[in-house]
Amino acid sequence: MNFLERLQNNRNALGLLFMLPAAVLLLLFLTYPLGLGFWLGFTDAKVGRPGKWVGLENYQYLWGDAVTRLALFNTLFYTFVASVIKFGLGLWLALLLNRNIRFKTFFRAVILLPYIVPTALSAIAFWWIYDAQFSIISWMLVKMGLIDQYIDFLGEPWNARLSVIAANIWRGIPFVAITLLAGLQTISPSYYEASAIDGASRWQQFRHVTLPLLTPIIAVVMTFSVLFTFTDFQLIYVITRGGPLNATHLMATLSFQRAISGGALGEGAAISIAMVPFLLATIMFSYYGLQRRAWQQGGADK
Amino acid sequence: MDNFNRRRFLEGTAGVAAGTALGTGAIWAPAVHAQTALTFRPEKGAKLRVLRWSRFVQGDIDAYMVNVKKFTEKTGIEVRVDNEGWEDVRPKAAVAANTGAGPDIILSTNDDANLYPEKLLDVTDLAEYIGKKYGGWYPAGQAFLKPDGKKWIGLPLGAAGAMMVYRESMLKAAGFDSFPKDTDNFLRMMKALKEKGTPGGFALGNATGDGLWCNWLVWTFGGKLVDQNNKVVIDSPETMKALEYGKELYATFVPGTLSWLDPNNNKAFLDGQISVTNNGISIYVAAKNSPEPKLKEIAADIQHAVYPIGPVGVPTESTIFFNQLIMKYTKYPQASKAFLQFMMEREQFGPWLTGAQAYIATPLDGYASLPVWTDDPKRTPYRDAVKNLRPGGYAGKLGYASAGAAADFIVINMVAEAISGSKTPKEAMERAQKRAERYYRV
Repeated sequence: MNFLERLQNNRNALGLLFMLPAAVLLLLFLTYPLGLGFWLGFTDAKVGRPGKWVGLENYQYLWGDAVTRLALFNTLFYTFVASVIKFGLGLWLALLLNRNIRFKTFFRAVILLPYIVPTALSAIAFWWIYDAQFSIISWMLVKMGLIDQYIDFLGEPWNARLSVIAANIWRGIPFVAITLLAGLQTISPSYYEASAIDGASRWQQFRHVTLPLLTPIIAVVMTFSVLFTFTDFQLIYVITRGGPLNATHLMATLSFQRAISGGALGEGAAISIAMVPFLLATIMFSYYGLQRRAWQQGGADK
Repeated sequence: MDNFNRRRFLEGTAGVAAGTALGTGAIWAPAVHAQTALTFRPEKGAKLRVLRWSRFVQGDIDAYMVNVKKFTEKTGIEVRVDNEGWEDVRPKAAVAANTGAGPDIILSTNDDANLYPEKLLDVTDLAEYIGKKYGGWYPAGQAFLKPDGKKWIGLPLGAAGAMMVYRESMLKAAGFDSFPKDTDNFLRMMKALKEKGTPGGFALGNATGDGLWCNWLVWTFGGKLVDQNNKVVIDSPETMKALEYGKELYATFVPGTLSWLDPNNNKAFLDGQISVTNNGISIYVAAKNSPEPKLKEIAADIQHAVYPIGPVGVPTESTIFFNQLIMKYTKYPQASKAFLQFMMEREQFGPWLTGAQAYIATPLDGYASLPVWTDDPKRTPYRDAVKNLRPGGYAGKLGYASAGAAADFIVINMVAEAISGSKTPKEAMERAQKRAERYYRV
């Protein structure tokens, strides 16, 4: 028996061999960059200049930096508000689309549109919609006589925050709605029939049949939705570049600005790494908080 | 206009080609300027790679490539030119400098050369030769590329000049026959324009190019981010004066400037919504080249002016500066120098500046007399962009701190906070002082 034949007959060796490509991909393109970023966060590296180990200095510096703190607040606010609204509207939309309505397939296809359009393009559309001089919304309201001055969507900090959140919601709803719709369709109609015979109201059906059975999907969808929102970059970068007065800077955009435009690679990496605990917390919450068996089966926690 | 340029190129090219044919054509020693010729002897088998920012106007790259082709024909040296968006050149150049591999020559922006001066080829001989021959480099070029006052670490290429762009008819209607030359009259004009219902507007968002007018505002009242020793001194009575003046100025702006990024003022101006802004020559060129009669009318009405001058009494303009760097790791230093020399000689640099249609200002006084600056008088102010320029890190030394502070919009944010009234000028200055000190910590 030569080497090749022996290899083919060894289950362990074969298993290892088959896993190798995936392992290499993971190590090369996920573990290595993440590890490198982690390491860079502890150095004073500049773009193109290898840095020295500075320990926690970057983090201390960022902790005292008003712009970074503002970006952290913006990111949390942006993620929380956008995710809650995306979940509410997405679930509502999914429930509507799950009913027997006319042109069901058409509507199901159409609501995916915002998700299909490349983010950079839809961001440019929103940039025009919110423009200080050319906003279609302001123009309409002025023509209707409801306001006499254009709304400063992106020039006033709170307006700007809410405007970019609205753009993010518009873009994110289809993902939530379509995935939840898929989840709804896995729920067997017999549960609804049984509960109807027991005299359950619509609300009771939703609360005691739909919601518990949908929880695993909700957990996955919302984890992804929160992760995407927390790490959003394109929308902000196109619409405001973090302005006005840094009111819409997210961690991701600030990290880019400091690391690439400003050349402070170490500091930018530290900002990125500072996002990781929040992302991990989200994942933990969804796995341990929402995917508990007892809860899914309609029971209570013990 | 375009036809005119093209014809001039052709004539120029034909002339040089004829010259080469008549000369010996053996080695790099052009007969046209043999009297002062500085001669580099390109290495055998030399090939060059050039990385440059992509053109703002087609005429720039067209003329540049004509020159490159001429260089190859003359010397047999193959030159590959790669184009990247100007904001992407910075990280690529830094990585090339520090890994010691990549393009031989890099055309980059602002204080890039000062991030890795020890990785750049000393071009003092070339810079002094070109400077002497073409009327001298403007001080800004020296501030960027001769940081120790002795050694040149690169050659200035020019600047994407930004100037005051205004509607002549609207200024006249507001009682101003010409653009004010000092800050007091500038404010009077802005107030008058606002009263007439034709306000001006300047970008206050995180705009990398058009936000630079904020540097002008601070400098022209004597404020500055750092002193000669890189000590942060932005929190000063001079900055205070600038911000108080800015507050009055902001009151005359069209609404919404806090959100303006680089393209916003172009759009608003071309739509006739504003009478004054700061910009490159692109607004004018876009209007002039447009087939729409309405835009043609605007183009005829557009005028340009240099920035007004405040209490410091000298121009204090701020725009994107371009440099040409030869990387020390190049295997062909002589060929690289020969290439830059060739590109900077009148026979090439003249047609190139002409092709760029005043998008790029001359770094050498000798090229200020080219017809491109005067055959359309509306271009004339853009001629002096390098002449009136101060580096963003004025008055300190350039390097990672000045690059980082500029990329973080510290001065622009301070001006925006203070003049929009979201912070008092004192608070805004203190915040800027703190932020800048973090970059300039030793």
